Amino acid sequence: MASRAKRSGRKPQPLEKIPTGIPGFDEISGGGLPKGRTTIVCGGPGCGKTMMGIEFLVRGAQQFNEPGVLMAFEETPEDIATNVASLGFDIQDLADKRKLFLDFLSVEPSDISESGDYDLEGMFIRLEHAVEAVGAKRVMFDTLEALFSSFSNTVVLRAEFRRLFRWLKDRGLTTILTAERGEGALTRYGLEEYVSDCVILLDHRTRDQISARRLRIVKYRGTKHGADEYPFLIDERGISILPLSSLQLQHEVSNDRVSSGIADLDEMLEGKGYFRGSSVLIAGTAGSGKTTVSASFVDAACTRGERCLYIDFEESRHQVARNMKSVGIDLDRWVEKGLLTHEAWRPTQFGIEMHLLRIHKLIENVRPQCVVIDPITNLLNGNNDKEVHSMLMRLMDFLKTSGITAVFVSLTAGGGELEKTTVGISSLTDTWILLRDLELNGERNRCVYVLKSRGMAHSNQLREFKITERGIKLIPAYVGPTGVLTGSSRISQEAKEKAEAIQRELDLERKQQELKRRRLSLQAQVASLEAELGAVEKESEGLVRENKEREQQLELDRENIAKSRGTD
Amino acid sequence: MKPKAEILSRSKDILELRLYVAGQTPKSLTAISNLKKICAENSTTKYHVEVIDLVRNPSLARDHQIVAIPTLVRSLPVPVCKIIGDLSDTERVLVGLDIRISKTHTKKKTKSKAKD
Repeated sequence: MASRAKRSGRKPQPLEKIPTGIPGFDEISGGGLPKGRTTIVCGGPGCGKTMMGIEFLVRGAQQFNEPGVLMAFEETPEDIATNVASLGFDIQDLADKRKLFLDFLSVEPSDISESGDYDLEGMFIRLEHAVEAVGAKRVMFDTLEALFSSFSNTVVLRAEFRRLFRWLKDRGLTTILTAERGEGALTRYGLEEYVSDCVILLDHRTRDQISARRLRIVKYRGTKHGADEYPFLIDERGISILPLSSLQLQHEVSNDRVSSGIADLDEMLEGKGYFRGSSVLIAGTAGSGKTTVSASFVDAACTRGERCLYIDFEESRHQVARNMKSVGIDLDRWVEKGLLTHEAWRPTQFGIEMHLLRIHKLIENVRPQCVVIDPITNLLNGNNDKEVHSMLMRLMDFLKTSGITAVFVSLTAGGGELEKTTVGISSLTDTWILLRDLELNGERNRCVYVLKSRGMAHSNQLREFKITERGIKLIPAYVGPTGVLTGSSRISQEAKEKAEAIQRELDLERKQQELKRRRLSLQAQVASLEAELGAVEKESEGLVRENKEREQQLELDRENIAKSRGTD
Repeated sequence: MKPKAEILSRSKDILELRLYVAGQTPKSLTAISNLKKICAENSTTKYHVEVIDLVRNPSLARDHQIVAIPTLVRSLPVPVCKIIGDLSDTERVLVGLDIRISKTHTKKKTKSKAKD
């Protein structure tokens, strides 16, 4: 009280926070826990209270050089050390390095009897001793409420708790207090009445036999904080919290293009393929070749020397590798080269956030340029649409901000409307390639078309495609009077046309022959007429000459006659 | 001639008692004087009493698992048992220490409670 009165004269300082180092938590809390204050972490059994507190201490000691004290009431330090070893925390080592002080306060009610007035000075002495021993900045109590079962005088306990929180505050120790969740209240013994700066509620629930962990900051006095329920995960690297609301449409875009791995498909996308960092949705019915299309993409990316991550919810790595080998795509060699990370797990194996976090972690570890998730629709098993939708949104956002080209495979139910993906994520994707079966004349044929592709003049043709021994080949569509023909009807149509063409050729040849003959006969006629003409001309020339000679002769004769008459 | 109370100790050994206090607080002082009184009143049993001030030896609080102050620990005979408080309730101290007073001589009539 005195310090508050003193402080009121000065300008109020915003609440200082210290980072916990827990991935995601500092983001949602706007910087961490309130510095020098006590935070309650409450929740039901097995919700991860102790884990969170210990991670706060361990990360404080490891990352921020802030030693910590663990006051354990329920488990011995050995038990705790064993429990958190699975998270990769070696608290015994930290204790040996004097960065962590572990104290186990055994308060077995069975061997304690009470006689008269008492207080908890012993705990204070131990705490002070521990804080001084390591120069602690962080303290955790797990679980202070255990004292309620050991000591019957609750008046004393409550007074001592008040004293304890004041004591901690006076020393500027940032404290985490774990507390069991009570009926209709945050904690069983109403600890939140004393500590009201920050209350974090953890929840562990199961729905459809799948567990889901949630974290919510119920209260954080004097600061802005995320108020949503955030999914979190406890795995071999501790707690990770996934901020739901980090969806910001501000990612950088690339003009780079990456091949889809199918030359003919690239041709449909301006001849260049997908945009780098875009999300591609490959939707199709069962057996329409979705995995082959995505495997082609992976193959092409690995050939370019890019790292790929293939997350499979349907088939094991070896099964996919074997199947793809039959169409000429060797995925194993990329795995061996370390370019391809192929992870497969059952969609029902975990809850939705676990999937997301696992994918996040994989991406962080592998740092891929390309990611394939095959198929995202399998995540629907045991999850409702809304959650999958929000999860995929977060995932896509994450991938886009990381500049990763992502291919999502979506299985659409046969018989239904094909252009409606079950999870309705199509609006989130940049390129949507639809694979479909066309059933005609007793056979099924695969067709592909680009339903949309943002930012490019894509082909709007429906193309038939074939899965051959050397990958996927697209066949130019046959558009006849009866519509698009595929498969054998296309072949028969083509054969028919071929026959007609041959027939036409034959006809032409015959006509040409005939014309040639006629030309030749005409030419012969022309020759004979010309010969006749020549003869006529010769005759006419002869007549002229004869006539001329006769004229000359007559002249000559007349001269001779005149000479003979002797005239002049 | 005879002592006014006959003390029946379950064990014939000496009682090893340790009283943990924290400084010269009123509660500590009350506990010390109460313990002295109890020992004096039950003089047939042999006691060995040690008073430990945790303010001077804070690490002992951890080593001996002391949370509440004052705490009286009977380390011998086993099993170890603890009594917390200023020991103002004599009867509970005796029960807690498993010292039974013979029914014939007790002022207060009580049924002896066997401690588990």
